[in-house]
Amino acid sequence: MLLIPCPWCGKRPELEFRHAGQAHVARPADPSAVDDDAWAAFLYVRDNPKGRHAERWRHVHGCGRFFNAVRDTVTDRIAATYKPNEAPPA
Amino acid sequence: MYDRPTQARATFPRPAFSFWSLLRRAMLAEPWPAQWRSPDPQPAYDVIIVGGGGHGLATAHYLAAEHGIRRVAVLEKGWIGGGNTGRNTTIIRSNYLQDESAALYEHALKLWETLSEALDYNVMYSARGVMMLAHDEHDVRSLKRHVHANRLNGIDNEWLTPDQAKAFCPPLEISPASRHPVLGAALQRRGGVARHDAVAWGYARAASAQGVDIVENCEVTAIRRGRDGAVTGVETTRGPIAAPRIGIVAAGHTSVLMGMAGMRVPLESFPLQALVSEPVKPVMPCVVMSNTVHCYVSQSDKGELVIGGGTDVYPSYAQRGALHVSTHTLEAICELFPGFRRLRMLRSWGGIVDVTPDRSPIIGPTPVSGLFVNCGWGTGGFKATPGSGHVFAATIATGTPHPLAAPFGLERFRSGHLIDEAAAAAVAH
Repeated sequence: MLLIPCPWCGKRPELEFRHAGQAHVARPADPSAVDDDAWAAFLYVRDNPKGRHAERWRHVHGCGRFFNAVRDTVTDRIAATYKPNEAPPA
Repeated sequence: MYDRPTQARATFPRPAFSFWSLLRRAMLAEPWPAQWRSPDPQPAYDVIIVGGGGHGLATAHYLAAEHGIRRVAVLEKGWIGGGNTGRNTTIIRSNYLQDESAALYEHALKLWETLSEALDYNVMYSARGVMMLAHDEHDVRSLKRHVHANRLNGIDNEWLTPDQAKAFCPPLEISPASRHPVLGAALQRRGGVARHDAVAWGYARAASAQGVDIVENCEVTAIRRGRDGAVTGVETTRGPIAAPRIGIVAAGHTSVLMGMAGMRVPLESFPLQALVSEPVKPVMPCVVMSNTVHCYVSQSDKGELVIGGGTDVYPSYAQRGALHVSTHTLEAICELFPGFRRLRMLRSWGGIVDVTPDRSPIIGPTPVSGLFVNCGWGTGGFKATPGSGHVFAATIATGTPHPLAAPFGLERFRSGHLIDEAAAAAVAH
């Protein structure tokens, strides 16, 4: 079980959280302007890296807020967590 | 509706197994010879298969046996059958809801039924029955819908009352007062289990004897492409290898390999867990699955209970999985099978499964010329091994999808023709 540092509440066990997929996926501003390939990519295609991955979590059994985390998918070590409107750390 | 698929019997020279050969080896106490060659890779092949699991080895076998393509290399970064082929719970069934899935998995099940004879290698396919439990009214409706849909597709599946379920599987707890009351069950009698190592070894042996090179400890590090964009070969830890056609059959690592060709695929990789108990006398006559409380269990011929757990909730390439996930499964097992509570668990492990948005596999050509992919089997690929290899070999040999594979192309994510097996499969695929 991961120990996940919520930016607001501090380190809490993984069971308090819900994973919410890849971070920084933006819905096209004008969906009618994008073609089927781009729309399919937005709907279905996500990064699946072996290594550093930026992802969303929600502290559902705590403060209830979304935040982002950078995690290594090989070690599962979380390098950093940050608030939704912040840029991922370098 | 489904004719039994033809399964070419191999006619090439190789040491055949017979009563006399077994007796002779036993009497002489001679070690068995290697069952497949371990050659160094040649500079070029007609087809390269990346991934030496059951699906990849089956693909190579059928390329040689049914399509006459024998200049084939299977490249495996570790050892054959050491990935998900050796990590699954060996469950075989074909009772899928959607017509496309039912046809594909039934194709595989029919191949399982004659696989030992076709390969001259005992894969220990045991049609002991797969029973899926209903614990609430929604389960009852959902499983009955499956029973009816399967029967319309000519696939055996029947509804059992709780007493009938108990008669079929005596250790099951069906008391109405239990934490997970059993309201009924769907039983596919032709479902069952097979020996996962034997599947990999049997296909490897048959493929090798037909000229397929099985190259272990050979990790693909790059995919080479020509000026026109078509693939020309791969770079590996054992040197460059050229081929005009490449089939990626790498389960959880498919995204990494497709990335080498500049492609993103709709997959996420998750650790899926399984565990086995200490071996005991025969107590479990069939396979029992419960999607709602999430557990599935059978007993191996060695006597160990083989138990399938769930996936972690986040994508990961760490081949272990979290403790609370397997704990959840064991809690359900202890409620459904009170007699198993005293058993100790011997081993647990994880495999990396590649999950698609609609929980159905992706089989077919890709936008990169010469590059084919067979992936996305998620948490339930073992049961499909022969069928997957069979239709993928046809797809690579002809360049166009096999009819059973056609609905499972990458194109469906653009067209929206998804094959939604998420409700049926959940994690207990």
